[in-house]
Amino acid sequence: MSGASNVKRRKTVVRVSGESSSRRQMIHEDRLDTPTAAATTTRRNVTFITQHGITSARRNTPFRQVPSKRKIPPNTPILEEHSEVSFLLRKQWTLYSVTPLYKFSYTKFKDYSKLLSAYITAEKQKGLAVEVGIDLNVKVTFSSLSELKGNENDQRAVFIQITSRPEFSTPNNEETVLWTGWLCCTFGDTEILSCLLKEFTCLPLFLVNGREILTAMVGTWFQKTFDCCFSRLVINARDLTWMAAMWTGCKLENHMAATEFLFSVPSSPYNLDISYAIHPEDARALWESIHKSQDEVTEEEVNLFMNCLYSHFFRHFKIYLSATRLVKVSTAVASAHCDGKVTLLSKENVIRVLALLTELATNQIQY
Amino acid sequence: MGKQKLRRSSQRLIKPEQQPSYGKGDLSARLRNGKERGDITEKITTQKTHQDKCHSADDQAEASEHDLLEQALQYFGKVEGHVQLKGNDTLLKHLNTVERVGTQRGLPPEGIDILLSLALSGKFVDTVNSRLLKCLIPSSVVLEDTVVKAVSWFCVGQCTASTQVLFIRWLITMFDLIDRKEKLHALYGCFFCFLQDERLCPYICHFLYLLTKKESVKPFRVRKLLDLQIRVGKQPHLQGLLLLYKVYCPELVSLALPTRVKTFFKNSESLWKAQMMTVRRKNLGSPSVGLQVDFGIKQVPLQSKKRKWNSLMNLPISSSTVSIVSQKVVSSLYLHQDEAFPVEQLQTFTQLVQNIHRLEFPAQMGSVLQSPLLLHYINCIKDDSVFLRLNYWMAQVLHEECAWYTGNQHNEMEVRAFLDTIANAQQFLQEGFSNCEEFLYKSIPHWNGCYRSQILQLLSWIPLTAFSEMEQLLYEPLGQIFFTSSLYFKCSVIESLKKMLQNWLSWHAFYADQVSIQDSPMNTTLSGLVNTVSDLINFVGRISTIALHITSSSLLLHFILDFYEIVCDMYVKYAMPLVVLPPAGVFYPALLSMESVNLNHLCYIMYRYRKNLVAAKENEWTKKCKLRLNISSKTFQEYNQYVLAMVGCLWTSQAFQKDSHPQGIFMDAKVLMRTGVENYRNSFNIVHHPALMGHAVLFLQQGFGEEKTLNLGLIKGKLWNWYVEYLYKRGMHGLKVFIESSIRRISSSAQSHSSLSESCPSVAQK
Repeated sequence: MSGASNVKRRKTVVRVSGESSSRRQMIHEDRLDTPTAAATTTRRNVTFITQHGITSARRNTPFRQVPSKRKIPPNTPILEEHSEVSFLLRKQWTLYSVTPLYKFSYTKFKDYSKLLSAYITAEKQKGLAVEVGIDLNVKVTFSSLSELKGNENDQRAVFIQITSRPEFSTPNNEETVLWTGWLCCTFGDTEILSCLLKEFTCLPLFLVNGREILTAMVGTWFQKTFDCCFSRLVINARDLTWMAAMWTGCKLENHMAATEFLFSVPSSPYNLDISYAIHPEDARALWESIHKSQDEVTEEEVNLFMNCLYSHFFRHFKIYLSATRLVKVSTAVASAHCDGKVTLLSKENVIRVLALLTELATNQIQY
Repeated sequence: MGKQKLRRSSQRLIKPEQQPSYGKGDLSARLRNGKERGDITEKITTQKTHQDKCHSADDQAEASEHDLLEQALQYFGKVEGHVQLKGNDTLLKHLNTVERVGTQRGLPPEGIDILLSLALSGKFVDTVNSRLLKCLIPSSVVLEDTVVKAVSWFCVGQCTASTQVLFIRWLITMFDLIDRKEKLHALYGCFFCFLQDERLCPYICHFLYLLTKKESVKPFRVRKLLDLQIRVGKQPHLQGLLLLYKVYCPELVSLALPTRVKTFFKNSESLWKAQMMTVRRKNLGSPSVGLQVDFGIKQVPLQSKKRKWNSLMNLPISSSTVSIVSQKVVSSLYLHQDEAFPVEQLQTFTQLVQNIHRLEFPAQMGSVLQSPLLLHYINCIKDDSVFLRLNYWMAQVLHEECAWYTGNQHNEMEVRAFLDTIANAQQFLQEGFSNCEEFLYKSIPHWNGCYRSQILQLLSWIPLTAFSEMEQLLYEPLGQIFFTSSLYFKCSVIESLKKMLQNWLSWHAFYADQVSIQDSPMNTTLSGLVNTVSDLINFVGRISTIALHITSSSLLLHFILDFYEIVCDMYVKYAMPLVVLPPAGVFYPALLSMESVNLNHLCYIMYRYRKNLVAAKENEWTKKCKLRLNISSKTFQEYNQYVLAMVGCLWTSQAFQKDSHPQGIFMDAKVLMRTGVENYRNSFNIVHHPALMGHAVLFLQQGFGEEKTLNLGLIKGKLWNWYVEYLYKRGMHGLKVFIESSIRRISSSAQSHSSLSESCPSVAQK
């Protein structure tokens, strides 16, 4: 709060659906009390002895505990040449969380490809058996990326791509990519990773781009082969504000896009959608003034950040944004939707984004 | 070959007095048989001669039949070339014989040998062949060589197509009766070639389905089947065979079946089934049902309604893991690969026991919950990853699908069914799952009473650990919901807590010494476990007291006394070094209850407490127990107070006088006089107690008849003793043992007030 007075006044653009924008002045006011999230409870770590081994149990209450602070993971720059990583950008990924995979091996990718393509072809033509290993129209490729690892404990990311060749085509024809998905673990929870038995591979985050029907087939195949469970990862408003705060603080060399928030207000007959866009420089400056330490972000900072934005909005439009539902956050680094859809925009900050998403996925899995 | 056998059997027939080799019937059957044939004309003098005659008559009858059969077989064995049926009486006669014998008693292996080859050799017309094949029921086994010979005739193809079809159907039906099958397995390729024939294809598929083993599945065969499938379409029999191939070698073929699983193969057994039952019944007696109960993994018909693919309520079906072998090492590993027994084939317990060393785990561990056989299997395996897999899956399902607090919509029926499955699995394994316990800890604080019976069942399987937060997570919320719920709910909660205590005690009795040896990260000590148990008992005591204040229901009291029946025997039965008495809020309502059931129960419980306390006292001095006994002198004191009050009420007619318990029913004489009740001292003895008064009235009615007005005061002296015996006979066993143990009668005909109660002297703890 003391840093607030140091900020120069900038122009901000605020948009409400249907209304034209106007220039307003940004004044930091902190009069409003935003309702706090669900009460934080202490995390209890209990280890069980069952008759058959030790399973580590994490005693979360059912309402997921919100951490009071999160570390900013160090950003390892990704090399320019890697085409696959740039392939990840500017696509909308749907998020799932995955329980640990049993007997997944990084050396058997060819076999997995064959089996999965045969499986998909068999599913498409129900009742007709398919021989495994022959050339099919649908081709599946498994590969691994080690650039997405956060630290040494993480497993390498696994990249799956389904391509198809049209029926009558020469071998030189381009294959069209039907579906892409990848499993990754970036800065995974060290406690869980250390307790894991060696037969298990922990890749809690699954990102998918492509048709739902192929996602279903791939997911079912994984569930049958590696005995894991997939569940949709939804992002709640609290985590969206964390994302907004943390990503605003990321350094970007070029191309600044506006930081945009999308709020949804249930009203009849139509939902009212409020879109609130802030000039990136302003947002950055606000965050810089709030954010203290180099490698940690605390809950108070995030709350303060959001409160400032809300109060500014209130000043001009007399609408309490804190009472609405935050649905989407877009920054220059990435954008996230509460349905569990994420778009990565900045190559340099991919690791940071993935670290946060991995943490969300890990929290959803009941270990 | 056949002729030699015929000569030997005809020599056997020379001796008519030989005992028949077929089963012996009873006398009346013999008589009936004899009369039918008109052989017995004389009157029966001695049983022996009669029996002899009967035997001989029967023998003759069967011998004649046997004779006929031998003749028929002799005839058939000598048939050469093509034989006409029309007008051929010999052929018809022998055919009839063979049919009769075959459908009633079954044919011997040699007979089958001859007839089968004959039927396939094309020497007869089609009608004869089909009649022959239809009556070819074996009496015992079918020899392998017979079948091999028949297959060679089959391949020659001299018989018609319909005969061929009938032969294959016969093979399918008699498959289990073929004694050895090595040569048949060697002929697998030969059968495989016949798949090309359109008429034979469904039956050949069925036969191959029975015959296939893992080593029969080869890539070229897979390819052939796939080509065939492309040619003829999605025939169910091809799908069935391909499914079996997929089970054995999923790395060679992949198959997805449409939603509704139909039967793959047509029923080929119908032609012979009835006769086979007859033959089997005749030869082996009534068919033993045996323990062939189908525990197997059922092919659950896939749900027809649409679901999300990752909806975790799809309970997985057992299927084998795909063993992925890199192509280079195929040859060496092939030998080991056929060691594994695929889990879909597991149908019976005998199969499990025979293949237990090479059974592989299913691909999705969640499927074990539905199969008792697999539950047996995972119980024997000490592999952590098995349970981790199960845990991950189950924890996810419980969190995603069953948790009512996440706000998602759930299908109630499915959730109930799933929770029931988990409860059954835990019941089967006799232990709880840790993720289930976690789920309960998370959800019971927010419980609104939904899925009541399932949650309470799961509650009883929470394992015994020295977990200190149980009070907060479990007892508090459970208590809250307990007090505000219906009577039935209260009883259910008490019952599930009783079961929980029982499970804890059973576990403790078996595994307690292991726990102390292991290095437990939770610092689980035996005393910690004992504390947990005593916490539970105290909790139940508290809520029972308050519940009995709220509702004075006899049903609730019954359940509470059930709980204390477990508690009272903890030391003797389960070696738990703990004796906890019921609180006064439970004891006195039971003592003054209106039902003889509860009173009887209370007496039994007090008797068991005595046993436990005495045993505890003895062990303390005599044995050097490694378990520190948690029994203080207060317990003994309290017990004495209880017993004195009880005896004072029930026996010595000193109700309200002898009670020194601080929460007891002692009342001043003046107060009692003001109530205006006469004879208040007697009012709770075994004659006048409201629970037992009915028995007293019946007793007097028995003795004095119905008309006389009954005075309960008549029951004293000798009548008292008779009345006591009467009560014992009426099932008041608890009362019996209590009186015998706690009351020393001075003389057998003593008055009611002349007895002494023996109490345990209190022993100070070290």
